[in-house]
Parts: sequence; structure tokens; C-alpha cells
Amino acid sequence: MKHSFDIVVVGAGPAGLAAATAVAEAGRRVAVLDENPRVGGQIWRASLSKVARDRSKERAVARFEASGAKLFSGHQIVDGDAAGALESWVAATQSLETFSFERLILATGARERFLPFPGWTLPGVFGAGGLQALVRSGYDIRGKRVVVVGTGPLLLAVAAHLKQDGARVVLVAEQAPLSQLMQFGLSLITRPGKIVQGLSLRAQLANAQYRTGCWPVAALGDGTVTGVRLSDGSRTWTEACDLLACGFHLVPNTELATLLGCEVGDHGVVVDADQQTSVASVYCVGETTAIAGVDAALLQGRIAGLAAAGRASEARTLHMQRDAERSFGRRMDRAFALRKEMLTLAMPDTIVCRCEDVRFSQISQAAAPGNGWTNAKLQTRCGMGPCQGRICGPALNALFGWKNTSVRAPLFPLPIAALCSSPLATDDATTLVTQEN
Amino acid sequence: MRDGTAVNAAMIGLIVNGEALQVRRGSTVAAALLNAATACRISESGEPRTAVCGMGVCFECRATVDGIAQQRTCQMECRDGMVVETQR
Ligand SMILES: Cc1cc2nc3c(=O)[nH]c(=O)nc-3n(C[C@H](O)[C@H](O)[C@H](O)COP(=O)(O)OP(=O)(O)OC[C@H]3O[C@@H](n4cnc5c(N)ncnc54)[C@H](O)[C@@H]3O)c2cc1C
Ligand code: FES
Repeated sequence: MKHSFDIVVVGAGPAGLAAATAVAEAGRRVAVLDENPRVGGQIWRASLSKVARDRSKERAVARFEASGAKLFSGHQIVDGDAAGALESWVAATQSLETFSFERLILATGARERFLPFPGWTLPGVFGAGGLQALVRSGYDIRGKRVVVVGTGPLLLAVAAHLKQDGARVVLVAEQAPLSQLMQFGLSLITRPGKIVQGLSLRAQLANAQYRTGCWPVAALGDGTVTGVRLSDGSRTWTEACDLLACGFHLVPNTELATLLGCEVGDHGVVVDADQQTSVASVYCVGETTAIAGVDAALLQGRIAGLAAAGRASEARTLHMQRDAERSFGRRMDRAFALRKEMLTLAMPDTIVCRCEDVRFSQISQAAAPGNGWTNAKLQTRCGMGPCQGRICGPALNALFGWKNTSVRAPLFPLPIAALCSSPLATDDATTLVTQEN
Repeated sequence: MRDGTAVNAAMIGLIVNGEALQVRRGSTVAAALLNAATACRISESGEPRTAVCGMGVCFECRATVDGIAQQRTCQMECRDGMVVETQR
């Protein structure tokens, strides 16, 4: 099936919804594509459990729905070219659809960063935001003892949500030292709203411990997680748990932008003041440009939407506010910077690439000076599985400074039948999943 | 209740590895599998794996749904009568 729009937005999180709303309100024809069955992205993910009413979500979604923007849920973008077409895979109908556009706005968000440590592949070990997402979509964790480990502001938010959903949050272990966090706290004095948010999250966790300068050294258990070994640098101890939630801050989803030829920097996709990328027809907004939270995402979305619709000047009043949110993001990155101990958690037999079960010893052997990821891939199959390095890539970037620069279509594995029947060109047959379940 | 149909409007019936299961309407298949303590797949070296990222990027939650292999179950809402087979 073929569709044609003036402007196409990829991602229906806060950034994408704000962008599409601005475009539609400016009178242009706009489509929003998201692989998720529901709108909202990560922070505004639909929930089966009782969550506090989020008025900013309600307002944004209502305005989006009234705007005339057309929503395509369940569309996963697998290929595209900046000259004007995207290809989406629709799992429900097992078919590919094409969207042509004049301008494109990328709002593909971020994912959690995982770092390999012994036991992290045990059932019962989840991403922190991942566990929250699974609970919102029906996983019942009432009465379960949960330990939350890693780094970043998400840990507290997740712990508070899990507690609301009936879990017994035993401990939140933040690897960053208190001194580093205090500096972040002080630099927030200019942003009282954000401090209050942090404090109220802390208060909701009343009975749980929140420890800084504390990290996981191993997830324990036989067949399923039963505890976690923790360290604060001077001693190690074991905390029993039924579920272990771990996340080491976030990394932007830059694969589609890379495929389209947009410049990607250390923090995400590079954009100018109007959110335009190095490719003139492509804009980029939200966490894909740098991790900076929901307020930055909303502002960037509106700015890009107006700019793409030819009304950039109307958005100028928002630039200062957007820049302040982005500098908040940069302070956050510094506050939650990884301590060196986080980069030595993997033991020789620890699995680094979960898709192919490639162990740390295999990769460190391939990591001779001058060798990069391409070499390790060829020698070990690391990053060659269906996730295409989305999980091990950011880990190897943290551990060895390796960057995954080769992004190829299809961006996600497709059934062979779909490839045969599509105009998609692929020269990377290894990205196909052929093994039967 | 072995036919995997719902008993009331708030619930949905599906069949996981031949067993009937009731889940709340709107649940994802990954959540249903976690509630049933059922692993999704067996890794290359033989480890059981379950959903990790909850957002469609890790591919650990893959299972066969209604005969179609390799579906990421965290991105898929349960439908009445759905048949799910995991790797065992
Ligand atoms: C797992 C997780 C949980 C989080 N929970 C919270 C929280 O509770 N509180 C908080 O303050 N912040 C949370 N965050 C941070 C959050 O990312 C931001 O605050 C906010 O959601 C960013 O908005 P966004 O629009 O930039 O991206 P997102 O909300 O991430 O939206 C991006 C959207 O793009 C879609 N997408 C990506 N690639 C494709 C593709 N190829 N094809 C089709 N669709 C695609 C995704 O499905 C997603 O819906 C979370 C982040 C993660 C990763
Ligand atoms: S849980 Fe990661 S893809 Fe489904």
C-alpha cells in the first residue's frame, strides 16, 4: 500500500505528537508512524494499572487528535531515503507499506543502556524502564521484591511506579557518587520544578533504601534471579530479590537517522536551531537528538513542526526555553556519568551479545588495538543477531569506545517472504532471522 | 476453558503452549508470558530468556504467535483465542 503526505513524523512519543500537532494546525497533511500499538512513546505509555492522571499527556493527546494529523500505529520503519520515501513493516498484516513525503521529522526516542555483568541474562533481570513498560502492559508484580540498579533519573521514577503497582521495592542502587549528584542538585536551583519532582519521587519510596555510590557486581540465581550481589567499593553484600531492574541511563535511537545520512554526534543526531539535521529535508526532535527529558521533547517537537510547515519564525520564542532544557540534559549526563568500576563488571564468561551469546573473553580477544567493532563482529558474530547491536552496541561503546557506523536496511529483521516481495535492497543477509522458534 | 475464549469482557483467553490462560484485556503477549512464568526462547547456548527491554529493541521476547514465528511479543496486544508457542 502507498501513502502520500506533505510531512511524515516517525515516533508518537511526546516529541512526535507535538511535532505532528504543529504541522497539522498549520494546515499541512501529516502522518505519524509508530510501531507501538498505542500513542505516547515511553513516558506516556498506555497503562493497564492505575497511574496518576497525567494532565500534560491528556492535553497533548487531545490536541493531537483534534489537529487532523493521521496516526498509523503498528508501523515499524525498516527502510527509507531522505529524497522522500519510507517503508514500514506492519506485523498485523505481515506487509510492507510505503509513505512518501516532502519533509520528514524523526522522533524515534531513546532506549536504555545496558552494561553486561555476571548473571544479567537470567530470567527475572529486566531493563528498569523495560520492567515498568511490561508492568504497564499487564505483568503482575504484586508482592514481588524488586531491586533497582544502575544509573540515571529513571531509576527513581521506575521504582516509584513499581511500588504503586504493588511491588516491594527493597533497594534502589545508584552508581553515581553522592558528591556528583549533589552538584547536579545544586545546578537545579534554577529549575525548582524538577527538584520537587525528584523529592516527591523519593518520598513515595518511603520504605525503600536509596543508596548512591553502589552498583551491581552479579545477578544471582539458578534458572531465575534470586538475588543480587552489590558493592560500594569497600564492601560487597547480597540483597535477595525476585526481580532485578537495571538500566544505565539512556541512549538515543539513531539508526534511522544514520540510514538517511544525517550526521550523528556523541550525544545524538546533530540539529540546528530549527531542529533541522544535516540533511535538509529531515528534522529530528526529542531524545534522538540528546537525552534531555519530556519538556525538551515537547518544545523541540513544536519547533520542528512549525519549521517543517514553513513557519519557523513563529517558533523563535520557544528557542530559549528549549536551550535551557537541553542544558539540563547535559548536566544530567555529567551527574550520571559512569564510574570506571562499571566498565569492568563483565567476567570472561559473561555474555555481552545476548542474541548470539558472545562472551566477554571472545570480544576482548578480538579487541586488539586498532580493531573496531566490525572486526569483532566478523570474528565473533557479536551484534549480528536480530537486535542488530541495539543492546550490545552501546555497551561496547562504553567499554571500548567502539561505534557502530554501519547501519543497513532493513533496520529490523523481516521475514524472507517480505523481502522478496519488496523493493527493499539489502546486501546484508546476516540481518535476517531464519531460525525457527 | 481449554478453548482459550474469554469468560468476561475485562479478560481475554489465549492458549500458551497448549494451556488456556486468562489475561486482562489490553495486556501484551510478553506480559502474559511473564505472568505464566514461561520463557520466550532458548538462547544459542541453551539459556531460557524472557522479555528485557519492554520496548521492541532487544528481541528477547520473541515467540510464535498464531503460527507466525519470531514475533516480538512485547509489541503485541493479546487477542481472544490467540495461540502462542514458545521455544522449549
Ligand atoms: C523504557 C523507557 C522508559 C521511560 N520512562 C520514563 C518515565 O517514566 N518518566 C520519564 O520522565 N521519562 C521516562 N523515559 C525517558 C523518556 O524517553 C522521555 O522522557 C520521553 O519519552 C522522550 O520522548 P520522545 O518523544 O523523544 O521519545 P519516545 O517517548 O521514546 O518516543 C519514541 C517513539 O518512536 C517509536 N519508534 C522508534 N523507532 C521507530 C521505528 N523505526 N519505527 C516506528 N516507530 C519507531 C517508538 O515506538 C516510540 O513510541 C523513559 C525512557 C525509556 C527508554
Ligand atoms: S522485550 Fe525487548 S523486544 Fe520485546
